[in-house]
Amino acid sequence: MATVGFRNVRKAFGSVEVLHGVSFDIEEGEFVVLVGPSGCGKSTLLRLLAGLEHISSGDILIGERVVNDMPPKERDIAMVFQNYALYPHLTVGENMGFSLTLANRPKSEIAEKVGPAAEILGLSNLLDRYPRQLSGGQRQRVAMGRAIVRDPQVFLFDEPLSNLDAKLRVSMRAEVKNLHQRLKTTTVYVTHDQIEAMTMADRIVVMQDGIVEQIGAPLELYDSPANLFVAGFIGSPAMNMLSGRIDPDNSSRFISKEGVALPIGRPLVETPKGGAIYGLRPEAMRLGGDVRLKVEVVEPTGSETHVIGRLGGVEVVGVFRDRIEARPGDEIGFSIDTTATHLFDAASGKRVSI
Amino acid sequence: MGKATTSARNGTFLGRLTGSKNGLGLIFMLPAATFLLCFLTYPLGLGVWLGFTDTRIGRAGEFIGLENYIWLLDDPVFRLSVFNTILYTSVASVLKFGLGLWLALLLNEKLPMKSLFRAIILLPWVVPTVLSALAFWWIFDSQFSIISWILMKWGWIDTPINFLGDPTNARAAVIAANVWRGIPFVAISLLAGLQTIPASLNEAAALDGATSWQRFRRITLPLLTPIIAVVMTFSVLFTFTDFQLIYVLTRGGPVNATHLMATLSFQRAIPGGQLGEGAAIAVAMIPFLLAAILFSFFGLQRRKWQQGGAD
Repeated sequence: MATVGFRNVRKAFGSVEVLHGVSFDIEEGEFVVLVGPSGCGKSTLLRLLAGLEHISSGDILIGERVVNDMPPKERDIAMVFQNYALYPHLTVGENMGFSLTLANRPKSEIAEKVGPAAEILGLSNLLDRYPRQLSGGQRQRVAMGRAIVRDPQVFLFDEPLSNLDAKLRVSMRAEVKNLHQRLKTTTVYVTHDQIEAMTMADRIVVMQDGIVEQIGAPLELYDSPANLFVAGFIGSPAMNMLSGRIDPDNSSRFISKEGVALPIGRPLVETPKGGAIYGLRPEAMRLGGDVRLKVEVVEPTGSETHVIGRLGGVEVVGVFRDRIEARPGDEIGFSIDTTATHLFDAASGKRVSI
Repeated sequence: MGKATTSARNGTFLGRLTGSKNGLGLIFMLPAATFLLCFLTYPLGLGVWLGFTDTRIGRAGEFIGLENYIWLLDDPVFRLSVFNTILYTSVASVLKFGLGLWLALLLNEKLPMKSLFRAIILLPWVVPTVLSALAFWWIFDSQFSIISWILMKWGWIDTPINFLGDPTNARAAVIAANVWRGIPFVAISLLAGLQTIPASLNEAAALDGATSWQRFRRITLPLLTPIIAVVMTFSVLFTFTDFQLIYVLTRGGPVNATHLMATLSFQRAIPGGQLGEGAAIAVAMIPFLLAAILFSFFGLQRRKWQQGGAD
C-alpha cells in the first residue's frame, strides 16, 4: 500500500496538451475514482501513473518515490484494462500467475498465490479454461485476479465495467468495492459513469478538459457542487438549470428568464453581479405546491415517477416518490425542498454560497 | 402455395432434383466444378499421365509405367537437383522468416513516415521477377559486379568475385536473390498479424514485469504462430517451385550446381524434347509439396486457445 501524488502534471501529445496541470493526493488505502466525460484526460492520467505514457512536466509520486522516469514494471502497480487484456493463449491460472512466471518463481509458490486469489473471486474451478471460454463477468474477474496476485502498491482500474451488461455491472460494482474493503490497497478507478463513481468512491475527482473541476467525497459533490459542470455531471437524472436573476426586492427569491419565481431558502449573503443560474435537483421537487409544471412525459419506474415537463418554457425533470397519473398537457403543482437548492454565478459558473 | 406445387414438382426427375436441398446444391456447383475440371484437373492429370509415357516433342508416347521414375532415381543430375531444391528452400525460407519477422517488428513500431516505408518494403515483390532477376544478374556479373567493384575500391579483395561461376558462390547468390524477393511477402503478412495483437496485451505484460524480450517471447510470438504457419507454408511452396530467378541468373549452372527440380524439368522437357521425363521430374515435386502442406495442416493447426466455446 502506498500514497499517490500528482504535482502539476501536464501531458501533451504533439502540440495538443490534454492535461493542464493536475495536482492532488491520494491517501494510503483510499479508493479514488476519476470521473468525467470522454476526452477529459482521466484515462491519460491513469496511464501516466501506470507508466504507459510519459509525463510532459510535473511529478508523479508513488509512496515517497518520484516515478516520472520509472518503467512500468518497476512501479509495483497492477492495472485492470477496459478490454481486460487477458493473454488469450494462457489459461486462467497462467494468466493470473503470469507476473510470477516472469519473475521465475517456483511452480509451488505460483499455485500458492493464485489459489487464494481465485478463491476470493470464485474462479477456482475455471483455472484451466482459456479466456475465450469465459463470460464477460468471468473475464473481468480474471483480470482482477491477475492484479490481486501481484499484491501491488496501487490498483488501477481503467473503465473495467463498461463492457458488461447493466445487471452484471451493478453486481461487479459491489464486488470491486468488497474487494477493496478486504484488501485495503490504494485504488485509482477511472470511469465515465457517475453512478459508479458515487457508489464506489471514498473520494471522487471530477475532471473536464484536462483540469480537475472538484475533488471530494461523493455526497459532498452531490450536496455542494463547486460549479455548473460538477452540478450537471453528478446526479441522475441531471440537475435542472434555470437561468435568470435574483429578485432585486427579495434576495431569497430567484426569478427565471421566463418569469417563474423560485425560492432560494435563505437571503443571500452576496448576490451575483450579473445573472444567476438556479440549480434544481429533480429529487428536491415535492408534489403539491404553487410552482406549476406543465407535464410532457410521465415515466413511472415503480419506486418513483419521473416527470418531464416545462417550467415557464424550460424543460425540467422531476423525480417524485408518489405515483402520478397526469396526462401530457396537464399541470401539476410542486414545491421545492429549499435545503437542496443550488445557485451559480452565470458569468463564472461558480457556486454562490447560500 | 405449398402442397399443390410440391406435388406437381415431385412428378418429374428434374422436379425431384430441384426439390431436394442436395440436388439443388449439386446443380449450383456444376459450373464451378466444370471450370475446375477443365482448367485445373485436366492439366494436372495430363502432366501426371505424361510422366508415365515416353512422349517426346513431335512424337506421341506410349505408356511405359514407372520407367521414367526408375531411370531418374539413378540419374545423378536429378538427385543433385533434389538436393539443390531442398537446400535452396530451407536456407531461403529460414532467412526470409528471420529477416521478415525482424522487419515486421521494426515496421510495427511508431515510426515517422510509416506508410512510406511500408510501400518501399513491398517494392521487391511488386517488380516482375524477371526484371529483378536481370538486375541481380548484373549485380552478380563476373566482371562488372558492383559488389566486387566496391570491395575492390575498399581494398578488401584484389580480383572480382566469380559469383555465378563457382558452385558455392552461385548457390549463395541465387538464395540471396530469392530472399530479397521473398522478404516483402513475409514481412507485410507478419506485420498484418502483429497489428491484430491488441496493444493492451503488451502493456499488461509490461506492468506484469516483462522485459521487451519476454514480451516478444511470451506474448507476441505465441499469438503470431497461426499467421506464421500460413505465411511460411506459402513461402515454402513458392520457393520450392521457383523457376524464374534461376532460369534468368544461372540456367542451372555452373555444372548443375543451381539446378532446381523445376528448372531441370523444363530443361529436359522443352529444350531437351523429353516431355515424358520432364513431366516425371515435375510430378516428383508433388510429394514434397504435399508433405509441406500436411506439415502445416497438422502441425500448426488451430490451437486450443483459439477455439471458443467448448471445454
